[in-house]
Amino acid sequence: MSALSAEPIPRDTEHRSRTDARHDLIFRLALRFCALLVLAALLGAALSTLWGGRDVLFKDGLHFLFSSDWNPVENQFGALAPIVGTLVTSLIALILAVPVSFGIALFLTEIAPRWMRGPVGAAIELLAAIPSIIYGMWGLFVFVPFMATYIEPWLSDYFGDTSPSGGAQAVRLVIGTLILLIPTLPMFYGALHRWVHGIALTATAMVLALSLSGALSYVLMFSVLPNLFNGPPLGLGLLTAGIVLAVMILPFISSVMREVFQTVPARLKESSYALGSTTWEVVWDIVLPYTRSAVIGGIFLGLGRALGETMAVTFVLGNSYNLTASLLMPGTSISSSIANEFNEAVGLHRSALIALGFLLFVVTFIVLLIARFMLRQLARKEGR
Amino acid sequence: MLTSLKLPSRLGTLAFAVAASLFGMTAQATDITGAGSSFVYPVISKWSAAYAEKTGNHINYQSIGSGGGIAQIKAGTVDFGASDMPLKAEDLTKFGLGQFPDVIGGIVPAFNVAGVAPGALVLDGPTLGDIYLGKITTWNDPAITKLNPGMHLPSSKIFVVHRSDGSGTTFNFTDYLSKVSADWKSKVGEGTAVQWPTGIGGKGNEGVSAYIKQIPNSIGYVEYAYAKQNKLGYAKMKNAAGSVVEPTIASFQAAADTADWKNAQDFNLLMTNAPGAEAWPITATSWVIMYKTPKSAGNTKVSFDFFKYAYEQGQDAARSLDYVPLPASLVQQIEAYWASQYKK
Repeated sequence: MSALSAEPIPRDTEHRSRTDARHDLIFRLALRFCALLVLAALLGAALSTLWGGRDVLFKDGLHFLFSSDWNPVENQFGALAPIVGTLVTSLIALILAVPVSFGIALFLTEIAPRWMRGPVGAAIELLAAIPSIIYGMWGLFVFVPFMATYIEPWLSDYFGDTSPSGGAQAVRLVIGTLILLIPTLPMFYGALHRWVHGIALTATAMVLALSLSGALSYVLMFSVLPNLFNGPPLGLGLLTAGIVLAVMILPFISSVMREVFQTVPARLKESSYALGSTTWEVVWDIVLPYTRSAVIGGIFLGLGRALGETMAVTFVLGNSYNLTASLLMPGTSISSSIANEFNEAVGLHRSALIALGFLLFVVTFIVLLIARFMLRQLARKEGR
Repeated sequence: MLTSLKLPSRLGTLAFAVAASLFGMTAQATDITGAGSSFVYPVISKWSAAYAEKTGNHINYQSIGSGGGIAQIKAGTVDFGASDMPLKAEDLTKFGLGQFPDVIGGIVPAFNVAGVAPGALVLDGPTLGDIYLGKITTWNDPAITKLNPGMHLPSSKIFVVHRSDGSGTTFNFTDYLSKVSADWKSKVGEGTAVQWPTGIGGKGNEGVSAYIKQIPNSIGYVEYAYAKQNKLGYAKMKNAAGSVVEPTIASFQAAADTADWKNAQDFNLLMTNAPGAEAWPITATSWVIMYKTPKSAGNTKVSFDFFKYAYEQGQDAARSLDYVPLPASLVQQIEAYWASQYKK
């Protein structure tokens, strides 16, 4: 040992370690540059949209955010209708796409026979490779007529009727109550469990659950749904756009979910199975908590795409700045407004469209912040 | 105008440009660049292909929209701009620009009402205005039945379709409504995009055509070629002279012929609601904008030569794409304008 250490380090080794250190430094700087480049591009894009939109933002300030007036002739611009349209269509897309994606990922990782997993997984990822203009065409020429002939007349006849016609509405109320009873009953049963026992418990829970779900059903059937589904069955509109978006973001969410479900260590799942869990219990209590942050990440990846999607939405949204509560009515979104009008816009109109682009940044940023906040809350809950 | 034509012709231009650069085409060939209105893009492409074959000079036209065309010519990055909206005299003098019409197109109200044949329905300006204002909401409204005595019209609701993108078509259509309906003028006005009181927006002529086809009891406005090729139901219009006219190449040309060009400085005139007895009331043109003092004498010379060629020999090409060539009387005025206004 001592003999070895006494020997002087050969010159070439010394030289080598010095070049190594230099290369390390260069490499580190290059990596840092790459990372900073993304930040710089993002910041640059945000700032240049803000700069481009300065005319309208200075002129109208916050009024630009809260006005639904969009009048290129009078140079009056308000972003409320595009913002609402963007958020509503993305929300519909998430509501539809998340459960389905979860089902797909669950099926592919836990239930499907092994030979089926590869092909079906690849097929779902291929959905993501379809250009959005194709979704737009499909939406306009295939899906819109389908919605107009089959889905929307039914929705507007059954739920969109603002003046209820006795019997039919009563039936609807009962059905709504019964459906809502399913989640509310266990809730009350659980809450009461610590206080009362036996028949009194069951009866009280029943009464509470019935009255709550009845009240909810009443509100839903007679004030929420009629407003949401009131309107002519055009086939175009917020609902259709939301459904098309759901199909588009489905592959993103489901492939992320599938990937992360596969990372769950087999021994965790096997232990749970060994304790007598069902497949559902394993997925709900082991797989999902283990992968929660990645799953939420996947959902927000899909949401990000939904918020910014342009072409497909433009085709099926109906492009109208008139704000309505109804999902069957046409609306507009931030990105489709820009795509539609940018070509011929000059002066303040152009500024307003660029400001809309900035707002999309802001909206996406807020959504991501909420996601971070949710993740942190979840982590805190786990830590308790 | 015709999207289906855009891609092949653009590819054609590209292939041509590549071929030209590869084989080092004749040294004296000049490349002219133009940009602007998408309304004229198909016909300019067709003209330029024929013109290149004949003279070896290439016209590269980019359909980036009228606003873009105006910006590009003001910046001096192109040899000519094309706009669906004429520039005002003060803008022209400020930048030293001149403008003249290139080709004519018609805009037709198109509808989809079961049992009503194309061309059977008659509308007039105020009625069309009230439909687009949302004041007339059903097809059997007295205002419509009065214009169509004896025709069975359903009591269904009218679905109004308009353009969602900014466009010269919308500009001419809303200009017409502003001329014939005081209510429209005060409430909505005219522009390439306006605040529509009602209805849904389709992107481009093709979007509006698709919506009209799909939505029963709808009405919209499209360029003539789209109504014709998509076999949409189109309406006849009662014009300013009070006669009912069909949308045809003849009636579009009649509008251009009877419009008061002589008193319009720099051709700053919209042909909507033209006075002639045979004139189609919603006829539109677009304008070529060029510097009066050329930035590059050679390029300007070729540009004039190109438009002269288009007026004189490009008529069949225009007709084949459902555009209308300018009437001879107007071409004469344009050539006089060139001689007096432009330094060659």
